[in-house]
Amino acid sequence: MPLTAELRSALESTLPKDGLILEPDMLRAYECDGLTAKRALPLAVALPQTGEQVQAVIRLCHEYRLPVVPRGAGTGLSGGAQPLSNGLVLSLARMKRILEINPDNLSARMEPGVRNLAISEAAQPYGLYYAPDPSSQIACTIGGNVAENSGGVHCLKYGLTVNNILGLKLVTAEGELLNIGGSTLDSPGYDLLALLTGSEGLLGIITEVTVKLLPLPPTAKVILAAFDSVEQAGRAVGAIISGGIIPAGLEMMDNRSLRAAEDFVHAGYPVDAAAILLCEVDGTPEEIDEQLNKVKRILRQNGCSSIRVSDSEQERTRIWAGRKAAFPAVGRISPDYYCMDGTIPRHRLPEVLSRIEAMSEQYGLTVANVFHAGDGNLHPLILYDAAKPGELAQAEKFGGDILTLCVEVGGTITGEHGVGSEKIDQMCVQFQAMELQQFHAVKDAFDETGLLNPGKAVPSLHRCAELGAMHVHNGELPFPELERF
Amino acid sequence: MDPREQIRKAFLEKNPLSICGGGSKGFLNSAPLPERKLHTTGMKGVLDYEPEELFIRARAGTPLQEIEDLLHKEQQMLPFEPPHFSSTATLGGCIASGISGPARPWRGAARDYVLGCVLINGKGERLRFGGEVIKNVAGYDVSRLQCGAFGTLGLLEELSIKTLPAPEQELTLELELDQPRALERMQHWNRLPLPLSAAAWQQGKLRIRLSGTAVAVEQGRRHIGGEISSNTSYWQDLKEQRLKFFQNDKPLWRISLPRDCGPLKLPGDTLIDWGGAQRWLLSESSCQELAAIAAGAGGYVSPFHAHSPVPLAPALLRLHQRLKKAFDPAGILNPGRLFAPSP
Repeated sequence: MPLTAELRSALESTLPKDGLILEPDMLRAYECDGLTAKRALPLAVALPQTGEQVQAVIRLCHEYRLPVVPRGAGTGLSGGAQPLSNGLVLSLARMKRILEINPDNLSARMEPGVRNLAISEAAQPYGLYYAPDPSSQIACTIGGNVAENSGGVHCLKYGLTVNNILGLKLVTAEGELLNIGGSTLDSPGYDLLALLTGSEGLLGIITEVTVKLLPLPPTAKVILAAFDSVEQAGRAVGAIISGGIIPAGLEMMDNRSLRAAEDFVHAGYPVDAAAILLCEVDGTPEEIDEQLNKVKRILRQNGCSSIRVSDSEQERTRIWAGRKAAFPAVGRISPDYYCMDGTIPRHRLPEVLSRIEAMSEQYGLTVANVFHAGDGNLHPLILYDAAKPGELAQAEKFGGDILTLCVEVGGTITGEHGVGSEKIDQMCVQFQAMELQQFHAVKDAFDETGLLNPGKAVPSLHRCAELGAMHVHNGELPFPELERF
Repeated sequence: MDPREQIRKAFLEKNPLSICGGGSKGFLNSAPLPERKLHTTGMKGVLDYEPEELFIRARAGTPLQEIEDLLHKEQQMLPFEPPHFSSTATLGGCIASGISGPARPWRGAARDYVLGCVLINGKGERLRFGGEVIKNVAGYDVSRLQCGAFGTLGLLEELSIKTLPAPEQELTLELELDQPRALERMQHWNRLPLPLSAAAWQQGKLRIRLSGTAVAVEQGRRHIGGEISSNTSYWQDLKEQRLKFFQNDKPLWRISLPRDCGPLKLPGDTLIDWGGAQRWLLSESSCQELAAIAAGAGGYVSPFHAHSPVPLAPALLRLHQRLKKAFDPAGILNPGRLFAPSP
């Protein structure tokens, strides 16, 4: 059902001149986020420029019971910003002003549409930066980062979004403005900052964010270590950490992903290695030398076959370029790929990888593995061809099995990409009915009428019950070709 | 009785309970609490500790000291330096009260290290949130929400906490400086990549703690200057409020401020902690008067020993009351602790 003329004109009078998109051709740009396999055309897209406009739009949506899907840059990989065909997309991309950099408080205050990398660029003249650095940092927005609790390659040492924000302004489902936290290190009452970070747009609309800034490390170096087996590389990761070292970054790639990356960006990776580790240390030059020696010793003790240390900023960037380009590089060797995002306890890595390999044979689909090794966050990339009938469904089912495996070994179905619409069914594997019910009660406390991003992040008990019943019978979903919200 | 059954019964009878751990922090936000007690000290024991995985999982009634001793043996630590205030302090109480020690501005707060919990909500339902892994974004972050909630949303039965390697070396420097110059120095050093882990000023003396590798600590020492302190227990005594400053009959106030807040005219003796972001004040002044000063400087004040509901804007208070209802619909868990119950 399209928007009523009345609501349409109320929205138009609330928003700037070109702030309401209704034409199907232009709506097409918003039909999906980074999870491109799932698409829907929204009724309209609102593009407010101020917090007051957001408030006014939300009040109208509340009055007319129009569902709202908030959206930042649309880089999310779990379908969190996937539109509803009966709803409005609220894009915060035009609210992109940095309002204040306060170097003495090590903080920066900004609108939600500011790009992640733009924060560090603005803080750089003060010798400061914003630590969380998701791979999409040139495009993704801080509002989206908060909604998803984004991580990045440096979160082992510097934390996730939740550890790096100080305050939020939030418009509730009823259009009320709340100030949560601010410029102090703590605030009275419940830790709403923690609850809202990673709430995937279900609890409110973020209209302002205050982030914590950190002093830029004087310098950084990266070690590239090659291994003859994934197991050895996995053991080396544990040994580095139990050696009392928390590296700034600690990443692993398997042979398939490192080869793809090498072919793509020529980072100088050893293509015969079964796995490589990238271990970054930062600090003063003297401190780095000390840490590097320790790490090199541990790597050798754990059977690494070769070690290379970056000796210039240029080389460091080149070594990282391979890792950062891993996803598009894999995209070059396969028509399509499906990126998973489970976390496991690190010491279960060898077992999990061999079981993924076994599943890969069973499904007849290849997997390339990229791994935030330091924090146990696994990104298996399942290669498939959407043009071949049934392959997408097979890839999704394979992905679902990987996530179930992550839960089985004591991990989680999503480390940093969020649940969105993608992993809604796996939530039934991770949580019991009573726990899901508690999540719904939290949602009701913020959004009684269920207008904000409905159907995402937390499945209904009904849905889980149906899935559960199917698992008992044959372990397969009914109508796998249908979209699952 | 099993705590789940006890809460279930209280829920059905609408009979409020007050949750009691080791009793070390009972004075914090201590509203008049129900007489019926739920004791957690029987829920003891470390369930899982894998130093290499950087986490410890323990039952909430486990003595905090036992946890810290265990970590110490593996050269690890709870980075947020939780105050004990008594040898009876438990892990559950440490998280429920959510207070953090002198390292807080640099290493993060208690809430930054909560990975997961088993919670019994006000309906007597045993729920598991989060886990043992550092990265986990499945569902709302209900575990961290318990930090500082003083048991008003549920009974913490089990907790998973992130651990970190203890620093290789630690050193405290002392500099003779008046308050404005000390604050100016702290602000300056905060912005530099120095291995700071604590900074406090009191009676003309600024103390800076450096933690990290031997090389980093030595470089930091040369940059900051001053004398190496021989008082090795200063930070412990500050955290546990055993310093002479705290041995005083005047009411103690805690003021949380932006890190760039300069000298503040406060009516009473002051100890500056957290590099300027936390100030302890001994004063007979009224809460109202102090609240105005703190708000003027962009922060807030709370009495540390006496009860007063936390200052919340009306819209936020309503949200707190709704959240409380979502976890504890009958309002039986520590009612009135932290904020006024909904009418």
